[in-house]
Amino acid sequence: MNAPDTGYNFAYLDEQTKRMIRRAILKAVAVPGYQVPFAGREMPLPYGWGTGGIQVTAAVIGADDTLKVIDQGADDTTNAVSIRRFFQRTAGVATTTETEKATLIQTRHRIPEARLGEHQILVYQVPIPEPLRWMEARESETRKMHALAEYGVMHVRLYEDIAHMGRIVKSYDYPVRVNGRYIMAPSPIPKFDNPKMDRMPALQLFGAGREKRIYAVPPYTRVESLDFEDHPFEIQTWSEGCALCGATDSYLDEVVTDDRGGRMMVCSDTDHCDKRRAAGHSGPMAAPYGETPR
Amino acid sequence: MNLVATAAVLDDDPPLLSVRGLGKSYGGALGCRAVSFDLWPGEVLGIVGESGSGKSTLLNCLSGQVAADAGEILYRDRMGATADFLTLPEPKRRALLRGEWGLVHQNPRDGLRLRVSAGANIGERLMAQGARHYGDIRAEATGWLSRVEIDTARTDDLPIRFSGGMQQRLQIARTLVTGPRLVFMDEPTGGLDVSVQARLLDLIRGLVDELGAACVIVTHDLAVARLLAHRLMVMKGGEVVEAGLTDQVLDDPHHPYTQLLVSSVLQV
Ligand SMILES: Nc1ncnc2c1ncn2[C@@H]1O[C@H](COP(=O)(O)OP(=O)(O)O)[C@@H](O)[C@H]1O
Ligand SMILES: [Mg+2]
Repeated sequence: MNAPDTGYNFAYLDEQTKRMIRRAILKAVAVPGYQVPFAGREMPLPYGWGTGGIQVTAAVIGADDTLKVIDQGADDTTNAVSIRRFFQRTAGVATTTETEKATLIQTRHRIPEARLGEHQILVYQVPIPEPLRWMEARESETRKMHALAEYGVMHVRLYEDIAHMGRIVKSYDYPVRVNGRYIMAPSPIPKFDNPKMDRMPALQLFGAGREKRIYAVPPYTRVESLDFEDHPFEIQTWSEGCALCGATDSYLDEVVTDDRGGRMMVCSDTDHCDKRRAAGHSGPMAAPYGETPR
Repeated sequence: MNLVATAAVLDDDPPLLSVRGLGKSYGGALGCRAVSFDLWPGEVLGIVGESGSGKSTLLNCLSGQVAADAGEILYRDRMGATADFLTLPEPKRRALLRGEWGLVHQNPRDGLRLRVSAGANIGERLMAQGARHYGDIRAEATGWLSRVEIDTARTDDLPIRFSGGMQQRLQIARTLVTGPRLVFMDEPTGGLDVSVQARLLDLIRGLVDELGAACVIVTHDLAVARLLAHRLMVMKGGEVVEAGLTDQVLDDPHHPYTQLLVSSVLQV
């Protein structure tokens, strides 16, 4: 099958490569949280741009899918725009910025605020898939540690945070245990998003391009963030709501508003913020909906 | 006469460790050969001999650091089941090394994580065994620092800033914190100042005694052996040439090589 306006195969990758990636994905789904090696392809984008996620997306996308791509929660960053365009061109699929309308969402740094459903697949771009790497450089050894569930060092890291800072300060890529077995790096999402991974109705797929690993969390799978009994896992909180939509339950980013040090806290998930404002919610800095460019 | 060793030997209990015909060669070169011995719970066995006699090779084979190429290492575990360490599947071997066994390296840097705090170094084995209460782990860690005479104000310091003697004491605490039944030590006081050695020896003796752990200690220093070991094995050229109760071996050596070793110590 050829895509509309290019000489490339549908979604760029050749069918044989897609089959190989799909086999890795099936294996990953069968063993939740386990990193499956795959023979990654060179993609027409540099590694930092999410080539792992793109290959996974290319392997699962179909002509009737609707694709959403986010980067730091926004659909309009350079990275998100180029990936979206890439699939528009090579697969001719419909794209959207609306979480609810997407069947396939490729993400870097965030999980959308809207609860995902069974009809959706979330594909994460992963820079460093190995949660044990900080402590153990040898791949042969980390493989063994996973195989034997030798995970004591993961708590050593959290112990160090508490010992030096009085609390667990790790706030991104916060390690989780999947289905009570494998420890997994959730990619650099804020720990705020960790609870959303737990028993999520959507299929979650993770692609690491440089390290050539795929892993997965099947729908409704248990995902627990590591912690101590007396220092339980906690998510980020803010003292005020979103300056634009007033949301008090979404992840906020600090935005510089002028060159005189003006700042405000706004939803990092732009679609979520827009939806709330369209529905009449507003925060202290909001002009009436439809009048402020975002 | 060493009363503890006598009591252990007379005991009807089966040995904790039975080594039979253990051998290892490096390519063509002999490391150790045909080593056999039994070790009872709570007993301290010293392995002595000059440099190059095969002491470290033997200890490394026993503790899984080096693959032996002949013999058996029969270990009776906490549940009373006996198995050959050399043919155990790797997961079980690693579980033993993390739990019921402990290893103190000659160079503490080989046995410590230098980039995490002293407290975390001690806590690691506890966490690996499922401890999940930070306060309890920390209390254990500071308790053990006191036991090995390290100021608890250093709990959050990196061991890379510790003196050699402190590093060695930290390594001992890190190894003993989970109460292993069998501990291997290779020249635990080697490389330390003489002034530091004596205190460390006392400490090791006290802790091993208190925990009731069986212990295999390699040393080239007969004074260390006399202080710590209930029984001795004397090695020469990779083989055991004499074995017996420490006082017997040192005061009434039978093998000419042992006589030489003992007399050279007396001359020092
Ligand atoms: N890794 C190795 N490769 C080759 N030969 C070794 C190795 N380790 C030890 N040997 C040799 O094995 C013999 C016993 O050495 P070792 O066990 O280190 O003795 P000790 O600890 O009593 O000094 C020596 O001849 C030594 O040179
Ligand atoms: Mg040696």
